Amino acid sequence: MFEDVCFMASPVLHVKDLKTYFFTERGVARAVDKVSLKLMKSLTLGVVGESGCGKSVTALSIMRLIQPPGRIVEGEICFNGTDLLTLPEETMRSIRGNEISMIFQEPMTSLNPVFRIGDQVIEILQQHERMNKKEALARAVELLRQVGIPSPHEHIKDYPHQMSGGMRQRVIIAMAVACSPQVIIADEPTTALDVTIQAQILDLLKRLKEQMGTSVLLITHDLGVVAEVAEDVMVMYAGRVVEEATCKDIFSKPLHPYTQGLMHSIPGKAAQERKKRLAAIPGVVPSLLALPAGCKFNTRCPHVFDKCFIDPEPVLLLPKGGHPVRCWLYEER
Amino acid sequence: MRKDEGFALNNERNETLLALHGVEKYYPITSGVFRRQIGTVKAVDGIDLAVKRGETLGLVGESGCGKSTLGRVILRLEEPTAGQIIFAGENLQEARSQQLHQLRKRMQVIFQDPYSSLNPRQTIGRTIGEGLIIHKIGLPAERREKVLHLMEIVGLRSEHVNRYPHEFSGGQRQRIGIARALALQPEFIICDEPLSALDVSIQAQVINLLEDLQDQYHLTYLFISHDLSVVRHISDRVAVMYAGQLVEMAPKDELYEHPYHPYTQTLLQAVPIADPEAAKKRKEPAKIVKDSLSIPSGCKFSSLCPISSSDCMKEAPVFREASRGHWVRCLHAELD
Repeated sequence: MFEDVCFMASPVLHVKDLKTYFFTERGVARAVDKVSLKLMKSLTLGVVGESGCGKSVTALSIMRLIQPPGRIVEGEICFNGTDLLTLPEETMRSIRGNEISMIFQEPMTSLNPVFRIGDQVIEILQQHERMNKKEALARAVELLRQVGIPSPHEHIKDYPHQMSGGMRQRVIIAMAVACSPQVIIADEPTTALDVTIQAQILDLLKRLKEQMGTSVLLITHDLGVVAEVAEDVMVMYAGRVVEEATCKDIFSKPLHPYTQGLMHSIPGKAAQERKKRLAAIPGVVPSLLALPAGCKFNTRCPHVFDKCFIDPEPVLLLPKGGHPVRCWLYEER
Repeated sequence: MRKDEGFALNNERNETLLALHGVEKYYPITSGVFRRQIGTVKAVDGIDLAVKRGETLGLVGESGCGKSTLGRVILRLEEPTAGQIIFAGENLQEARSQQLHQLRKRMQVIFQDPYSSLNPRQTIGRTIGEGLIIHKIGLPAERREKVLHLMEIVGLRSEHVNRYPHEFSGGQRQRIGIARALALQPEFIICDEPLSALDVSIQAQVINLLEDLQDQYHLTYLFISHDLSVVRHISDRVAVMYAGQLVEMAPKDELYEHPYHPYTQTLLQAVPIADPEAAKKRKEPAKIVKDSLSIPSGCKFSSLCPISSSDCMKEAPVFREASRGHWVRCLHAELD
């Protein structure tokens, strides 16, 4: 079904037809519905979408961190050829943080407030790399230096509350790269940060990718961030991939009406037009518990026609000279 | 050009609606059992600013620069430590409670977080109409009529008047906040990061709404935000704040095209560009590492500034008009 074309290198991480549903009292929320993605070695794949589109659930599914009432219903998550979903929890635990690590959105809450940051980095190294305390300490200082924390041997004794948001996010990145993972999943890594700090963190991610050959799955709502660091982009809406392309293509010729809408909603993309109205996407993201029949974007799309309202919903089509897009507009007639 | 021209009151064309003179807000840092004061945080440190009637003044800066505190001081939700705030010719500091009550009607605020700024136990109709009740405007039936009208203006369905905030999405809640701010027909609205909790497509809807309302009701906005692209879109003039002071202020295109202050330049360079080609071309952002909270004497930006000299450490630069309408606080800003 999803045969790799042989001349292409095989992906580090290959998600196939992933379905993650949440079984709530009010019904089944299909947060991720048949999502497939490929993450290639030392490249960055940007996953873009608004809140509730399923991008974070995809990330958590890959880490196998979905909590009930959520459950991975179907699909495969192949990491270097092994399906993570078939592994026992113990094996999975040794992969988490070691080979696939995750950077969460909130630098304020993802560090333990009662431990010194140094001890938190050291713990990972002792846990996964089987280092003794002394080696781990030296390595921790080195890691903190790498992520740009000034005088790390002093800061290693700080508690999280003594650091600024940008510094904390650096510590989290240091923890994420501590075991030289092959894949880093970064879920909105810069959303809570100021722009100058954001620029530094993105720069840091780029550098790590080049130096260590790490692949990055970058989840963000910010198209600007994607343009800065990603090679490939995937746009999600209502639990589905609606468009995937190289970063250049998605910005130069977005195909899906939703992607086009997102592009037009960014203020000041084109050279500054004086108080021109922004082309907002009307309406709101539909509730996952009450998705419309047919195309899930049909409630907000400016180009809807009859076919959009009937099931089955559009599949990912490949228009001539274009890239995969889930929209009937590109169907060959 | 005389220095005080920008602050001239009641100049017929460019009537100043709000003027700040040397506004300061200091917070004491205390320590020990006796709460002895060991220092001060200068959250707002001498702001001179004039907002003209009908314009949108964007106020940008990073977290902790004092922009939200300034907004709260203007509304007198916080008492300023020093300085004067003059709104429509009346000094807010000297206003007695009755007078302040009347003035408050004319200035409103839209808060950042639409989740925590609405009372979860009040219907939204009650929230929107509360100002009308406090100011004893109209009979109950008229108030109800007015609330329904306001909801229509901001794009909410009037049959939802008896619902509670949790039944609405973030974008809708922000519309409720806007309706509440409009209820008393204010002249001046402080928008404190009104978009930062919203998704991109919803942000655009709210920006359009704010602009439409401004045209329709001749509103004056002070638009506080950390998002430089949004500020560029919505503002007429933009002021940049750093460590409690304004470091640059200019008409928006002037500021974005020809920033004088090294801090403004750094900020602008750091904004991600939603265009991969342009992103590749731009140079590396200047490295600012905000390690210490201590602020140097002299120019507050001198310890992080790429072009600072020994003079910058000694002498605090003044806020001067570098070219017409373009104010900057830097010794080294290259002037035309």
